[in-house]
Amino acid sequence: MSSIDLKDVFFVECEDLLVAMDEGLRELEAGSTDPETVNAVFRAVHSIKGGAGAFALADLVNFAHKFETVLDDVRASRIETNPTLFGAFLVAGDHLADLVAAARDGVQTDPSASEKAIAALNMAGGQDDAPADSVEISAPVFAPLALDLDLPLPVTGPEGRNFRIALKPKDSAINAGHDAALLLQQLAELGTLSTTIDASALPDATAFDPNKSYLGWTADLLTEHSLAEIEEVFDFAKDDCELDISEIEAPVPDLPPLPDLVEPQDTAENVIAEVSELAPQPVKAEAAKSKSGSTAAPRQTIRVDIERVDRLVDVVGELVIHQAMLSEAIEQSGLRIEAEVERGLDQLRQLSRQIQESVMSIRAQPVKPLFDRMHRIVREASAAANKTARLITEGEMTEVDKTIIERLADPLTHMIRNAVDHGLEKMEKRLESGKSEEGVVTLSAAHRSGRVLITLSDDGGGIDRDRVKQVAISKGLIPASADLTPSEIDNLLFLPGFSTASEVSNLSGRGVGMDVVKSEIAGLGGRVSIASVRGEGTTLTISLPLTLAVLDGMVVEVSGQLLVLPVSSIIETLRPEAEAKHSIGTGDTVLDVRGTFVPLIDVGTRLGFREVTASDCGSIVVLVERDDDDCLALMVDGIRDQRQVVIKGLEGNYGHIPGIAAATVLGDGSVALILDPSDLANPSSSQRSALQPVAAE
Amino acid sequence: MTLRVLAIDDSFTMRELLRHVLTEAGFEVAIAEDGVHAIECLPDAKPDVIVTDLNMPRMDGFGVIEAVRGGEHSSRAPILVLTTESAEPLKQRARAAGATGWIVKPFNETSLVAAIRRVAAW
Repeated sequence: MSSIDLKDVFFVECEDLLVAMDEGLRELEAGSTDPETVNAVFRAVHSIKGGAGAFALADLVNFAHKFETVLDDVRASRIETNPTLFGAFLVAGDHLADLVAAARDGVQTDPSASEKAIAALNMAGGQDDAPADSVEISAPVFAPLALDLDLPLPVTGPEGRNFRIALKPKDSAINAGHDAALLLQQLAELGTLSTTIDASALPDATAFDPNKSYLGWTADLLTEHSLAEIEEVFDFAKDDCELDISEIEAPVPDLPPLPDLVEPQDTAENVIAEVSELAPQPVKAEAAKSKSGSTAAPRQTIRVDIERVDRLVDVVGELVIHQAMLSEAIEQSGLRIEAEVERGLDQLRQLSRQIQESVMSIRAQPVKPLFDRMHRIVREASAAANKTARLITEGEMTEVDKTIIERLADPLTHMIRNAVDHGLEKMEKRLESGKSEEGVVTLSAAHRSGRVLITLSDDGGGIDRDRVKQVAISKGLIPASADLTPSEIDNLLFLPGFSTASEVSNLSGRGVGMDVVKSEIAGLGGRVSIASVRGEGTTLTISLPLTLAVLDGMVVEVSGQLLVLPVSSIIETLRPEAEAKHSIGTGDTVLDVRGTFVPLIDVGTRLGFREVTASDCGSIVVLVERDDDDCLALMVDGIRDQRQVVIKGLEGNYGHIPGIAAATVLGDGSVALILDPSDLANPSSSQRSALQPVAAE
Repeated sequence: MTLRVLAIDDSFTMRELLRHVLTEAGFEVAIAEDGVHAIECLPDAKPDVIVTDLNMPRMDGFGVIEAVRGGEHSSRAPILVLTTESAEPLKQRARAAGATGWIVKPFNETSLVAAIRRVAAW
């Protein structure tokens, strides 16, 4: 692992640390008095500082150090906490996150931002901007790769004395069974020992006499024990050794390590254990280097570059396609399928699926980090809009494909800015309508029939439908005569070029509208829907696939075309009687499914494959579930089979096609479209809709 | 025989860095992510040298030193404190508790390895 890799590891860890810090800061702001909360924040900042130091990221180290100092003051109750201080902490935390990002991207940061954040910290902490501190920051202690190796510790007070012991066993020591290593080991047990060996008398191998003693040692001992106790060690050996023990004043000099010739200092128990395990060889050439890594690691996890996983996902996608192609080729070859071939194919299919599921589970990540980032957005948005708002997050441990999480950040950010900026009323208005001054924005995630639902709701004033309609008419988005349902009006917000904010806001009005949000979500194979209750608030729901790579699909045939329906959305398939279909006034048809009327859509006409609905007989209906829990009956000509299909996006080339989620390659190499049942039901996907400004079909 | 080193740090980056540096140096490396974990590791790891961070959750570096010196699995293994702190009172406290040496982060790899070898008197 090179230091470059480790630097990446550091930035990945920083993400976690920043999240931990932000969480702690929010708890503090919310009134937490648990000392562990401040400790956790302190440790997060401290770890960032420590890591940053290892990679010589000076700006980051300096700021983290200052931040940490104030946190330490709070920790030690040296300064009083107050709301202003917590506010300054949040700002400092955000700035720290910016510095981390800048360091990661190798971008220079504006030093005045650091100064401002530090000034705010000092002011809120009731401290002067102590110049002494800034001097300390730039002191070489934190300079890149500076080493303050304070070792051995300077001898002060009664804690220890330094002795120098010169030991040279005589030849007679060998006969008497004295082992210099054991003597040194006993010395080591009295304190801290550092030893050098004098091997200058050692002859070359041919002249070596095993009965002679050639080696001498100089040992420096830092100990609390007395000279008499040291001498006691040599009680039995002193007649067979040249021994000189003297107390020295100066700290032990920095001696070069001599790893080969001296037994390790250790506890008696450990040494005994070693003796029984491995026959010790006191004088021994260099020990074989052990390759063994950690013997006691916590939770075994590895961090892998996401690109490697992505490559794996791609390959698995190809594997699934080729497995399908192989099955089909064998089938079409007309060969009699032997039992073993079939078993083999079956096994291959199962294995491909297992591989695919394992790979997907690697990519699945909880949405928590994403959600946690949104606190900052709410903080900044409410400050800029002069409102107070709080973000509540739910279902943060819901797991979603990592790519989806990443690409969700921008649309979600925009939606949250919108919710604070446009959704929540101004403070006075909230008070007037009997609400608390603080607006609440709730962000939640949950799994729902093979998809992920992310909902964002605010407790604001809801959508002013009259005004929305007026604006849409004035901008020429809809004809003045349009007769729209409330839900259709709400959906006008997603049209390109729509913006209701009467004053240009510097927040959400960044040239991005909800239409961009919608298309970004659509790019992920997802949908956004909006619901609003006047006076009570607005809820945006994002529905996303669990993965961008593969789905279980039912292959159906419509007008000679093969289409794929996601199995997760299918409730049942049926072959209805002609009398179960009822025409209602507007040309729409409903299907009577055991007493419930469900909208019936002919996929062929809806997608423009045919002009009129084919003869009812023989048509098969697939009952599917929509995001809003309603059912929808889709009329198809036939059902082919059910299989895993690899999702290939169309958005890049064709933009959003109403009713179509993506495409896939079938076993025979032909392309089939993957239907989006919920979108099929939307009025916007029908050609007659007034809400579809761009003819997409 | 290989020198066994137990390195304790709550930062993932530091743990990986230490694991890398110490393994490269030919030590047998055990890694713990805080004091409590370190004390759990102690009987198995039987370290010849302990390298510990100071600021850690659950049990900090001082706790580690005290537990190693006084606990059930008490050990005389040298303990090196590896920290960004450099304040003299902290050093004194560590020394009084039984620490062997003090190295300020960021550390120089060669010096750290040399220091470990030295305190181990290997």
